[in-house]
Amino acid sequence: MIGSGSNARGAVSSGGVAPPDEAFLGVHDLTKNFFGVTVLDGVSLSLTAGKVHALLGENGAGKSTLINLLSGIHQPDGGTLRIDGQVVAFSGPTDAQRRGISTIHQEFSLFPTLTVAETLFAGRLPVNRIGLVDWRGIAAKTEAVMQQLGADIAPGRRVADLSIAEQQLVEIGRALTLKSRLIIMDEPTASLTPREVGRLKSVIRSLTAEGVAILFVSHRLEEVKELSDSFTVLRDGAVVARGEIADASIDDLVRWMVGRDLLEEGRHHAISTPGAIVLEVDNLSSRPRSARSAFVESISFAVRSGEIVGLAGLVGAGRTEIARLIFGADPIGSGSIRLNGHPFRPSGPGDAIAAGVALVPEDRKHQSLFPSLPISENFAAVGSVRPGPFGFLRRKAERLALQQFRDRLKLRAAGADAPIATLSGGNQQKVILARWLVLKPRLLIVDEPTRGVDIGAKLDLHHLLRELAADGVAILLISSDLPEILALSDRILTIRSGRLTGELAGREADEESLMRLMTLPKAAA
Amino acid sequence: MSLASPTSLVRPRPPTNALAFLARFAPLIFLLLLMALFTFLAPRFLSSLNLFNVLRQVSIFGIVAVGMTFVILTRGIDLSIGALIALTGLVAAVVAKGGVTGRFELTSGGIGLAWYWAALAAILVGGIAGALQGVFVAKFTVPAFVVTLGGMTIFRGLALIIGNGGPISGFDENFGWFGRGMVGAVPVPVIVFLVVVVIAGVVLHSTRYGRSVYAIGSNPEAARLCGLNVNRTLISVYALTGLCSGLGGFLLASRLNSAEAVAGSQYELNVIAAVVIGGTSLYGGTGNIAGTVIGTLLIGVLLNGLVILNVSPYVQQLLIGAIIIGAVTFDILIKKYKR
Repeated sequence: MIGSGSNARGAVSSGGVAPPDEAFLGVHDLTKNFFGVTVLDGVSLSLTAGKVHALLGENGAGKSTLINLLSGIHQPDGGTLRIDGQVVAFSGPTDAQRRGISTIHQEFSLFPTLTVAETLFAGRLPVNRIGLVDWRGIAAKTEAVMQQLGADIAPGRRVADLSIAEQQLVEIGRALTLKSRLIIMDEPTASLTPREVGRLKSVIRSLTAEGVAILFVSHRLEEVKELSDSFTVLRDGAVVARGEIADASIDDLVRWMVGRDLLEEGRHHAISTPGAIVLEVDNLSSRPRSARSAFVESISFAVRSGEIVGLAGLVGAGRTEIARLIFGADPIGSGSIRLNGHPFRPSGPGDAIAAGVALVPEDRKHQSLFPSLPISENFAAVGSVRPGPFGFLRRKAERLALQQFRDRLKLRAAGADAPIATLSGGNQQKVILARWLVLKPRLLIVDEPTRGVDIGAKLDLHHLLRELAADGVAILLISSDLPEILALSDRILTIRSGRLTGELAGREADEESLMRLMTLPKAAA
Repeated sequence: MSLASPTSLVRPRPPTNALAFLARFAPLIFLLLLMALFTFLAPRFLSSLNLFNVLRQVSIFGIVAVGMTFVILTRGIDLSIGALIALTGLVAAVVAKGGVTGRFELTSGGIGLAWYWAALAAILVGGIAGALQGVFVAKFTVPAFVVTLGGMTIFRGLALIIGNGGPISGFDENFGWFGRGMVGAVPVPVIVFLVVVVIAGVVLHSTRYGRSVYAIGSNPEAARLCGLNVNRTLISVYALTGLCSGLGGFLLASRLNSAEAVAGSQYELNVIAAVVIGGTSLYGGTGNIAGTVIGTLLIGVLLNGLVILNVSPYVQQLLIGAIIIGAVTFDILIKKYKR
């Protein structure tokens, strides 16, 4: 299985038979159709014990379908799966798990009202002699697993109270307790901070040392390069390249994935002279809601028109909380905000919107999307086009507005009346951005704008943010993706435990200096 | 799969296959099949007299079902409407008769107030009662099921207190016209129902308010971050259902020429069934008024057809329950299969 250096489609024959002797899972010529559309076309790969195999491809390339076939959620229409050389067919996800394949999906399958310990052992709670659940034993085992992950999460905490990063660690912990021989990880690092990613990497290494095979899906190619042994690139449901990771450069991988050469991502344009101050935050503190929730304290900074200011910090450092204070989503404790020179104290998001502030929140599924409504309604939810008398909607004008954004954002969608759920993550995010951009905001706050977005859409979104800044919009960018922050920001603010710890010019900053400011107490910075 | 052709975004795509068609029109198809079956078994079912009869029978709970559609679209439920119909009917009766003392006498000037005061009082009381429940649902985040279950008992109790346990009967002709009168061949309640349907349909489909109802039902947190006033909208949908119940209470008192505390019992079941059969999802964010009208007609046709066929009332109950479950199951299965 040597990778082809060629960019051409079909350069790799998909008929290559994987050597069955050493592979834990052999996938041969797998095919899947949905309603006559071939979404997976003769895919073969082999996963070896103790090795990390990277599965790459843009959203819609067929990665999720392949994962669903391997984890027993869907059944293939053609081709074979072999475990230890034996042909198998999974009757469902539990069957696949029983045979040693565990999957950590991108959308967590956690039970929000259960505790961490209950989640890890859900469906197979150990019992004591008289048939009652052995809670003490479970707690001890949970603590052991969390320690192995290097996570400090008490077994008795409710999953709903955990941060996204912590929830994901619990999900990984669940796969660990299943004693799986193959762990499929779909975008495991998408919402982790660099430190947590580092922890995950060491976990993956210890797993492979114990002979577990890993199928690793990520859009972060630096990680892929660092972690995996071999790779397969899918495009339009077929294998376009595969091989040893050492033989492929990141540029090669990207080219195979997108089927075109990337624009040089590069660093930010030399900053144009920034305009007037749009947002001025002075000594802002949040109102403590409970002892545990993040507490933003005495934050002061400013964002000028035409400027992209990055807000970098670990998950839970208070980045999102700052955004929510400015947007009026959470009550302000003390301090003040000035918008275009005028004092501004929003009593709710409605006030902020009326004042020209827009917020694209971090959790697309729970905070942005209206899953049961079509694209057009998702676009117009804030009231893109001023309604007529009695609040009558102007649907024609709304459609025209959406049509304009379709081209500008390179939105790929079947039709305005299609359900929003039919779009890929990247296209959903574009619709959400269009929802806000149509209001022509003076200040745009984007929180993790490219999380779970494929690389093509990510570049589109980066391009768009730069374009908006050039048009004079003040942009506050929050991201866990340090290369993204570095690529886009004119200035970068770092935050730790709810306090600002530093400010760097975009050109001077690098990942190391940022990490230092994000992780060290202010005194040491 | 995301495919793009340059103009595709502005054109709605018609349903492409039979399943999608079936999923969309399942309640309507079910209604037509049921009508065909009853016509086959008892040809007089299809007479215009009988059809208007069906319409008159459904119009009152149909009006309330329209309000209930708003509530269910926001993921809520209102169990109090039957009791509220009884309460508001008695309010209308008391106003029209000039107090409980005159409960069996025909009002003849001077004592009671004119029908419009009675109707207004019923509708206002309904609206206020609904809004109060909405406050508990929205501001105090008490589950709607609990609030309206409590409301159901409170309103029924108030109705018993007002009527002192007995009926208030005998209204003037103007009062009675709304329940029993005709405009040409069309019963008056049917006209009122149609007016309510049209207004609600337009509000829901074509106004900013209607859009916020859908948005809040689809994702309350996202709706809040879009600057929508979630609490106010939630309170308003319960108030709206209360208004509809008040109108229903007035019409029922008018039709029966009598109001009493046991009126409107089990209305909540028919109303919720009509909305859900009509395709409005109890999970919120999906559904429309047209569906509710079809669901209302379906229940009306069912009740009427079983009576025409001389089916025992005991068996009727059983059949109605089974058909409600069957219709909704069919709808869910079709939608699942389509995907």
